Amino acid sequence: MKNLISEVFSNPETINHFQLNDWDLLVRQARNSDLAGKLFVLLRDNSLLSETPKQALPHLTSAHVHTQRHGELVKYEIHQLYNELSELDTPIILLKGAAYVAANLPSAEGRFFSDIDIMVHKSRVAMAEDALQHKGWRGSDVDDYDEKYYRTWMHEIPPMQHSKRGTTLDLHHTIIPETARYRPDANKLFKAAIPVDGYENLYTLCPEDMVLHSATHLFSEGEFELSLRDLIDIDALLRLFPTQNQQFWQRLIGRARNLDLKQPLHYALRYCRELLNTPIPDQAYDEARNQAATEGPSQALTHFLLERGLRPNHSSCHSSLHGLWLWMLYVRSHYLRMPFKLLIPHLLHKALITPYEEHKRDREAAKHQDIHTLLALRNR
Amino acid sequence: MTIRSSHLNEISEKLRGDGLCLRTGPFSVRVQSNIQSVAECIHLLYQHHPMQNLEFCDYHLAITQPSGLRRWFRPQINFEVDGMIPFKPMPLDQAYATFEWGYNYCISSYAHQFLIIHAAVVEKHGFAMIMPAQPGSGKSTLTAALASKGWRLLSDELTLIPIENADTVVPLARPINLKNASIDVMREYAPEEVFGPTVSDTAKGTVTHMRAPISSIDRMNEPAQQKLIVFPQYHRNSPTQIKPRSKARAFMEIAEQSFNFNIHGKTGFDILNATISNCDCYDFRYSNLDEAIELFDQLIEQQHYSKESARLAESST
Repeated sequence: MKNLISEVFSNPETINHFQLNDWDLLVRQARNSDLAGKLFVLLRDNSLLSETPKQALPHLTSAHVHTQRHGELVKYEIHQLYNELSELDTPIILLKGAAYVAANLPSAEGRFFSDIDIMVHKSRVAMAEDALQHKGWRGSDVDDYDEKYYRTWMHEIPPMQHSKRGTTLDLHHTIIPETARYRPDANKLFKAAIPVDGYENLYTLCPEDMVLHSATHLFSEGEFELSLRDLIDIDALLRLFPTQNQQFWQRLIGRARNLDLKQPLHYALRYCRELLNTPIPDQAYDEARNQAATEGPSQALTHFLLERGLRPNHSSCHSSLHGLWLWMLYVRSHYLRMPFKLLIPHLLHKALITPYEEHKRDREAAKHQDIHTLLALRNR
Repeated sequence: MTIRSSHLNEISEKLRGDGLCLRTGPFSVRVQSNIQSVAECIHLLYQHHPMQNLEFCDYHLAITQPSGLRRWFRPQINFEVDGMIPFKPMPLDQAYATFEWGYNYCISSYAHQFLIIHAAVVEKHGFAMIMPAQPGSGKSTLTAALASKGWRLLSDELTLIPIENADTVVPLARPINLKNASIDVMREYAPEEVFGPTVSDTAKGTVTHMRAPISSIDRMNEPAQQKLIVFPQYHRNSPTQIKPRSKARAFMEIAEQSFNFNIHGKTGFDILNATISNCDCYDFRYSNLDEAIELFDQLIEQQHYSKESARLAESST
């Protein structure tokens, strides 16, 4: 296995020893992991674009152009959402990618965005949903089972989509499902939130919470295909925040205790250090580890799975059992987010009923592809 | 080394193994396939294209027939871009068409170093004529006819305008996709050209591909200067008619026919604006291919002579 993403993000200078076939693999690993735009930014910031062979450079430039546009669109969406929700007169917190863009964090550049995540107080969710529906946002196409599942157990409502702009929006009321093992108090997140410049009632999480939320999201979600990208987001935050506040590391560790998110923080620091060579002071690293569970067979299994899940989303880094590891991570995420008596029926439904319904739907769908449908798809 | 220098068996073996890397204009594409029709079509339609080693390839495609029951019952193929599956399985007899389509998919998804317009583009005397058109406008037939009569084929589907050199168009020189009636029209109009097998596609009728002229492939690294934009429209029994189209309307139509105008934002707007300014824009109706080609020859000769006389006037002063 050759994890070139990890090598290059840990030490960009390694590209000086690359042969052309290494670049071939690097571009492919980056493209499939949604990291080609980030790779452009990394090489540019380290003055290494001139060392990039002429075959590889267009791929990185192309991805960078594409991600720049994504960033502009996210800015525009934030502005629209702000207007659409202003009558609610309630604080709105931007999460993840949207927050990186709004706060002008370096993590935003070179990043693809698939959706916008916002959070409001739980008591305001119904009002916010109502207001959004009046402004052209529609509930997305989830089946009855998923709809009920979201409404009853999740920390967000089913994704909404804007009927004209096509943007997908996740409306949250906390950062982790209500049934989960770790249960941070959402009120604490609201209290510590930081206003976005130029807007009233629009916030991002404070730096420590931003890291903890990214970590919680990454290490308790079931989808690991783009997990390396999310780890690189955390890496960027961990490189930036300590330069803005000398107390950052102590605050981060204290906050993890306070919000009951010790375990995800430990994972984040561990894998950032291992895979991306993130500069984390030993003392902070040890403290985060000591306050989390690190021993025992279940931890060994978790480590085994995470280490595989966090590889680039490319066949060069996968064994023939990769599908099984991803499936186990998916099961693990559900085990973390719901008690056993809910877990079993849910997984059975997902394993038996959902594929059958998807199969029925696929059969209905048109089979052919042509350049006109492709064009329509691009310009949707 | 071109495809032609290898026997079909070698091509087929390469496709079944680590793959075969074709160069078409600015891109190299690596193909893997265990399907004989893909090997045959590539061997036939790409025979003059250069083959290169697998050290660095821009796109990595696999068109494969899975083993198991599906091999016998309504056989299907899977299409993969470097392990990702962007769309559902296709019927087996569309395997080669899926390669062409999938290659277009890669370019339009990943090559944002270009502004990409859904338009055919051909060249004569160094001048590119861009032909954006709606389905059924006869754009592919016209492109194939022009290519068979000495015009250089850049592309029948994708006009690539490089961001760094925005007054040019970059060639792809790939086979031309023909549908339904235009297949017989072209077989009759240019019997000396090479055509792939005709396959039926329930949704689109019948489809085949015409090999790009060898002279176009030889010059596939040579960009052309933007000069004409023509919006063709085939009408049965229509006389050959050409009239100028307003630049504003041309702009709007091309922006709509672009794959990544949106992605390029302001840069895209500026580039398209410059392209429209560089070009004379026309609406064109036709039913007779010979008359159409004669008219385009005249149009391009005018451009050529005005450039030549300007050059002569300059050198005599």
